[in-house]
Amino acid sequence: MVAFLVSAIRLGMMLLFGSTGETITEKSGHLNLGLPGVMCVGASCGCYAEYIYLSSCGENVIPVLAVLIPMLATFIGGAFMGLIFSFLTVTLRANQNVTGLALTTLGVGISDYMIDKTGDIYIKGALYFKASLPIADKLGWFGKVFLSHGILTYLAIVVALVTAFVLNKTKLGLHLRAVGENPGTADAAGINVLKYRYLATCIGGGIAGFGGLSFVMDYLNGNWEYVIDDIGWLAVALVIFTVWKPNLAIFGSLIFGGLYVASSYISGISFAGKELFKMLPYIVTIVVLIFTSMRSRKKNQPPESLGINYFREER
Amino acid sequence: MAENKKIKTPLFHIVNRGKDGVAWYYSLLIRAAAIVTALIVSGVMIMLLSGKNPIAVYTSMFNGVFGTPRRIWNLLQNVAILLCISLAVTPAFKMKFWNCGAEGQVLVGGLATVGVMMFLGDKMPLPLLIIVMIIASVVAGMIWALIPAVFKALWNTNETLFTLMMNYVAIQLVAYFLKVFVKDGSGVLTPMPQYGLPIIGKYQFLLNIIIVALLTFVAYIYLKYSKQGYEISVVGESENTAKYIGIGVKKVIIRTLMVSGAICGIAGLLLVGGTNHTISTTTVDGRGFTAIMVSWLAKFNPFYMVLTSFLIVFLDRGASQVSTDFRIPQTISDIVTGIILLFIIGCEFFLRYKIVFTKRVKEEG
Repeated sequence: MVAFLVSAIRLGMMLLFGSTGETITEKSGHLNLGLPGVMCVGASCGCYAEYIYLSSCGENVIPVLAVLIPMLATFIGGAFMGLIFSFLTVTLRANQNVTGLALTTLGVGISDYMIDKTGDIYIKGALYFKASLPIADKLGWFGKVFLSHGILTYLAIVVALVTAFVLNKTKLGLHLRAVGENPGTADAAGINVLKYRYLATCIGGGIAGFGGLSFVMDYLNGNWEYVIDDIGWLAVALVIFTVWKPNLAIFGSLIFGGLYVASSYISGISFAGKELFKMLPYIVTIVVLIFTSMRSRKKNQPPESLGINYFREER
Repeated sequence: MAENKKIKTPLFHIVNRGKDGVAWYYSLLIRAAAIVTALIVSGVMIMLLSGKNPIAVYTSMFNGVFGTPRRIWNLLQNVAILLCISLAVTPAFKMKFWNCGAEGQVLVGGLATVGVMMFLGDKMPLPLLIIVMIIASVVAGMIWALIPAVFKALWNTNETLFTLMMNYVAIQLVAYFLKVFVKDGSGVLTPMPQYGLPIIGKYQFLLNIIIVALLTFVAYIYLKYSKQGYEISVVGESENTAKYIGIGVKKVIIRTLMVSGAICGIAGLLLVGGTNHTISTTTVDGRGFTAIMVSWLAKFNPFYMVLTSFLIVFLDRGASQVSTDFRIPQTISDIVTGIILLFIIGCEFFLRYKIVFTKRVKEEG
């Protein structure tokens, strides 16, 4: 049970990064379907930076830097993917769905390439990421479930809470939501739509990138053997599941993480049953999607101009 | 009013070219430029990764695609399948229904085909079996597309996200099927060529190619000249106009998605019945997504789609040859395709808009 919770939390926090990033992006009216690609690129950049840092330092590794350098690289990588997306959709006015899917192709390809380079070095790097409070071991199951995680896990919760606060309680968040709901009105009110869309997409991309890094370092312990694109789509699903609210996403991500890993921990399920079990997060998302659209409460709707580009001249 | 206040004029502004667009040679030129730029970028990238000169890279690319008759057949076969899926998603896109679920729709079509092959294969004569296979795959694809369509029509449920989720439900369904019905537990289903679609002469893929070619013509006529095709474009351009002139929008959405899903089902049939004779979770291999880009880049015109799907398959197969020749990972083909797609997507801007530089006007005192 403890092992199950730990693994659910680790996967969940990775999804939380992804969904927080995507929520910020979607609040600005951008449906970035390149999220799996963004997460893959984030992971690739972070891992590559770790690879360079660890191999250039040899023995004198400073643990703090071994964590911060990859994180910085991850953020830059994710934000760069966001930049490509916003350049194509905002400046060059390309279709968002098509651009996003092309980004996914690119990102998954890049991360696939990085996997081939894996060696012990990522596993070594993962040790720094997994460094946890020393008291975690002494507190029994409580310590294991709540305190045994690396820094990224806690960062995910902090980022989600900060995002929720900024979106709902600050002027910045109000402007951002206005841009996503009705860019025409926002523009008339003097909000720079282009700036908000660019920034939200880049920052969202950077945050989503951490999801990829946390998946490789925390969940896989540096043992990066397979691609993370289907988990990236799960993060997109989580955004809908939590009706575009990062604070709800903290619990949503635990549920999703739990559902995804549950099949390995529940005894008595056949191999075939496990496959059906993995279907659950997607089905749950579909049900949520249907219910929110049926009840059509204003609060729980997607941003109104989600997926629609804004050109001032074509209003 | 402050007279000395300088009025800030932007350096340039962007003008929509409108419906007429640009001359054909201009559009050809821009597209060619985009592809060439993209090829140069990816060539340089491959060069950096492998240390080989770009000319050798391009030679190996061409060789990988056109080198032997077998490779050409493979090329044609892959173009046919990608084209078929692209044709399937097109009616939905023209209606501005973002069907991102082709992956799943093709997969359930294939699953239905495999199911029929496995359970009815030895119980009926081949011609009857093939008819049952066709019906099963078409119905399966149709149902998979119908579910999101109904919710979209009745409650305006976001179809992009709904269809995306349906993909993974389909993938897990196939995984479940393989675990349950493959007796040795390996999860790999032995091919059953004895129940496959008929082979014309000794060319295994010829039938697939002919079917898709016919489908291309039918799709063109359906979209351009039929009443239903007209209704699709009206709903896509403006739902309010459609309501005003008495088109049942809900009916059109549901009907179009049934068409879309049915063609996806056929693609599944061709993939399983005509090509692999088995199924795995990666049978569709992301082509459901690639098809979206193929269709969009071709401006929803089935004949242009032949070219765009050819381009993408060419890149994919060429890059995979490059990776074997120069010992760089297979995945390079994804990267190259991604880069080129982004370039082509970007170049569309110059076809739809033109940049006008503002002339400086001397201000009157």
